[in-house]
Amino acid sequence: MNATWWAILGTAAGCYGLKLLGLSVPTGLLDRPVVRRFATLAPIALLAALTALQTFGQGTHGLVVDARAAGLAAAGVAVWRRAPFLVVVVVAVAVTALVRALA
Amino acid sequence: MSRMTALSDPPAPTTAAPPPAAGARSDRAVIRDSLGVGVAVGVSGIAFGAAGTAAHLTVWQTCALSLLVFTGASQFALVGALAAGAVPFAAVIGALFLGVRNSFYGLRLAERLQLPFRLRPLAAQLVIDETTAVALVQPGRRSTRLGFFATGISLYLIWNATTFAGALGADALGDPSRYGLDVAGPAVFLALLAPRLREGGAERATALLGAVLAMAAVPLVPAGVPVLIALAAVPAVLLISARRVKSEAPTEVRTGGERQEDER
Repeated sequence: MNATWWAILGTAAGCYGLKLLGLSVPTGLLDRPVVRRFATLAPIALLAALTALQTFGQGTHGLVVDARAAGLAAAGVAVWRRAPFLVVVVVAVAVTALVRALA
Repeated sequence: MSRMTALSDPPAPTTAAPPPAAGARSDRAVIRDSLGVGVAVGVSGIAFGAAGTAAHLTVWQTCALSLLVFTGASQFALVGALAAGAVPFAAVIGALFLGVRNSFYGLRLAERLQLPFRLRPLAAQLVIDETTAVALVQPGRRSTRLGFFATGISLYLIWNATTFAGALGADALGDPSRYGLDVAGPAVFLALLAPRLREGGAERATALLGAVLAMAAVPLVPAGVPVLIALAAVPAVLLISARRVKSEAPTEVRTGGERQEDER
């Protein structure tokens, strides 16, 4: 088993545990305003960071603006127009591929 | 959320029949909505399959993620971080932090589903964004359960089938980035993020600060860590907004920090 498999199994076990935890703990234990507020905002910070990192990240320590930025901008327009989930993804992929083909 | 039910409801006839008793939404309507979400989101498993291949995972590793993890954002986060050369431990921690929201979905679902003890371990795997969104807009327990399981099972089957197809397909195509498939991940994150950004200023501030912190950290820390640094945006925004509430509205009764469901 290599490191990738360990990462996969660790993520699987952890994510399943988190799901089961929510269904199993008595209501009220985690259900405090501060905890709830943190839990509402934490995924927002993570999703925004991941969007930025995977759009502009280059290698381990680099940042770059390339075709991916164009694809994400197009996805942004699709999101703003409230396009369905799948359309957003397809638009991003298509625009990125197009910009790469033209470059 | 409000859009979710409107997804497949036919244009309301003007001479509507008397509405059924509260809590008795027709099974067919619930199943139709559920399958709509299951199919629409499920097929983006193609993008995940391709992302797995782009990150140099084997087809089996990619499929294992969809089968076992089954929560899209964590899956994309993990493969993205591994592709960027993150230490596996940091990549896993980032994926798990994203999975924490499912715990809170579970809390809300548990009250509404009232599942027998034996069913919980099985149902747990289906606790994700989409099943929660569909289940929580249903009026009664029966339709809540139906919506939850119909969405969850259809999404699980389709997501896994399309992951396999995407991974195989991208493998056969060669370099997936040539087809722009490397932006599937960020596009998915953006689509998940967008409805939250419409909820309010604190949400938008958190997103902006999180993205800026992560980008600023990239040159300084090992791969996989910047995304964790973005979490610092949360206490920062909470502190600032708490202070603002105190100074701006000293007489206003606080509503216990409960999130306002701003329907738009």
